[in-house]
Amino acid sequence: MRRVLPGFNLTLGYTLLYLSLIVLIPLSALVFKTFTLSWEQFWAAVASPRVLASYRLTFGAALVAALVNLVFGLLVAWVLVRYSFPGKKIVDALVDLPFALPTAVAGIALTALLAGNGWVGQIFEPYGIQLAFNRTGVVIALIFIGLPFVVRTVQPVLEDTEKELEEAAMCLGATRLQTFGRVILPAILPALLTGFALAFARGIGEYGSVIFIAGNMPMVSEITPLIIIGKLEQYDYAGATAVAVVLLLFSFVLLLVINALQAWQRRRAGGVA
Amino acid sequence: MISTTESPWVRRTLIGLALAFMALFLVLPLAAVFAEALRKGWDAYWAALQEPDAWSAIRLTLITAAIAVPMNLVFGVAAAWAIAKYEFRGKAFLTTLVDLPFSVSPVVAGLVYVLMFGAQGWFGPWLAAHDIKIVFAVPGIILATVFVTFPFIARELIPLMQAQGNDEEQAAIVLGATGWQTFWYVTLPNIKWGLLYGVILCNARAMGEFGAVSVVSGHIRGQTNTMPLHVEVLYNEYQSVAAFAVASLLALLALVTLLVKSVAEWRHEREVRAAAELPPERPHAPAAPSFPLPSKAAP
Repeated sequence: MRRVLPGFNLTLGYTLLYLSLIVLIPLSALVFKTFTLSWEQFWAAVASPRVLASYRLTFGAALVAALVNLVFGLLVAWVLVRYSFPGKKIVDALVDLPFALPTAVAGIALTALLAGNGWVGQIFEPYGIQLAFNRTGVVIALIFIGLPFVVRTVQPVLEDTEKELEEAAMCLGATRLQTFGRVILPAILPALLTGFALAFARGIGEYGSVIFIAGNMPMVSEITPLIIIGKLEQYDYAGATAVAVVLLLFSFVLLLVINALQAWQRRRAGGVA
Repeated sequence: MISTTESPWVRRTLIGLALAFMALFLVLPLAAVFAEALRKGWDAYWAALQEPDAWSAIRLTLITAAIAVPMNLVFGVAAAWAIAKYEFRGKAFLTTLVDLPFSVSPVVAGLVYVLMFGAQGWFGPWLAAHDIKIVFAVPGIILATVFVTFPFIARELIPLMQAQGNDEEQAAIVLGATGWQTFWYVTLPNIKWGLLYGVILCNARAMGEFGAVSVVSGHIRGQTNTMPLHVEVLYNEYQSVAAFAVASLLALLALVTLLVKSVAEWRHEREVRAAAELPPERPHAPAAPSFPLPSKAAP
């Protein structure tokens, strides 16, 4: 095919050059650094009890937070698309707050709220429930960070779903709940799972909002990114790199899953239209 | 009667639940920033913002964003042009690579630059011999910021330009416009709101980045502390009012970002609607239906 528009070589060339310089070559430095380790050294760095405990916390908390966001993100998206109420535009704009608010600010704000003397924390304090400086705090911070991912992936798909299908279901005698479960949910499922995976991926890498509220006790409330920072501060570059490679591998896998989910969603959208 | 909505009380309960969740998780933390900043009154607030260290942090943050955002702007436009306007092998893979920095932990992003430019890194000895400091200095902070904000503008423009297709640009070329003229007079007016939205989000993240910058900064007070890092230092020194005062500036930045973003979205929707109402001789006006779907799909 002859290309009518000029600029293909220039733009693609610049894209590849910039991508290589900023992202690919630096990331390859990480991989090469890992190869300087022997297998035993690598394993000792990535599978020590303290590091294993941090994986459990990081992946567990990210999973719980993403599940909470799956439910409440869908609820918020549903309410924003299907109902009208005063202040809806403001609420819609506020959904993006976690994207726009620096993570460190979110971290200290949530800590101030949830600590024993904070607005929310003091409600729970008398019952012996601690919300900050433990695993609960980590989950709450990750819920804050992940909310927009689910809302913003589900919202446009929900807007595009066809009312006719729902009307048909109602005509055929389905209750509203059945219609939701059998007609609406299957249509938005790929988007919902994409949002879940995005929130999960973000939760695993998150650092700024978590470290203030986590308390950072080794074996208990220390997240994996903090392990990397800790090793760096002790000049253990090889150990930090090994743990970073584990996180990076997991990011790659999640990125592939998210891509597959988005392809599924596009096929679904193409099939309906 | 058949209806495709819920009974009023179900509706009210769902709205109530959603709003309560939003209030608890989004509004309260935002309010807490300003409440904590003003806990000891306006005088303490102003005093905290007039600290020389706070000023140097603000200056460094502005410099970082002023370099990182234009770099990613040029890249974003080039990448979107290449990916949206042409078909070539490996396009899907390239798009995935552009998204890669989104899924890399900020701490890992900082680490890779330490491995490249740190004292024990690839270029460490050469840099030391030539007395150039990148890591634990301003260039490292800028590089780490460029990495974490890398996909924002490209991500915003690719679906938008794909939805708009090539017809208008091809018409301009056929009528004798040069490539630059086509971009400037045809493409740019079509993508301006998406571009603005991408730039403003990229800027918010560039000014607020914490994890990646924290790894490469070296935390030298008054020299290599950006605003978020300065917030951390003050917070860890139990200077709560000062920490939240600097944080409140970043929170204001976030609110401005949300405002500009909303205005850009409303303007774009209005233009799409206006174009849709045009008579049928102009069937290739900005395509409305497919734009919001992919552009919102990946933040």
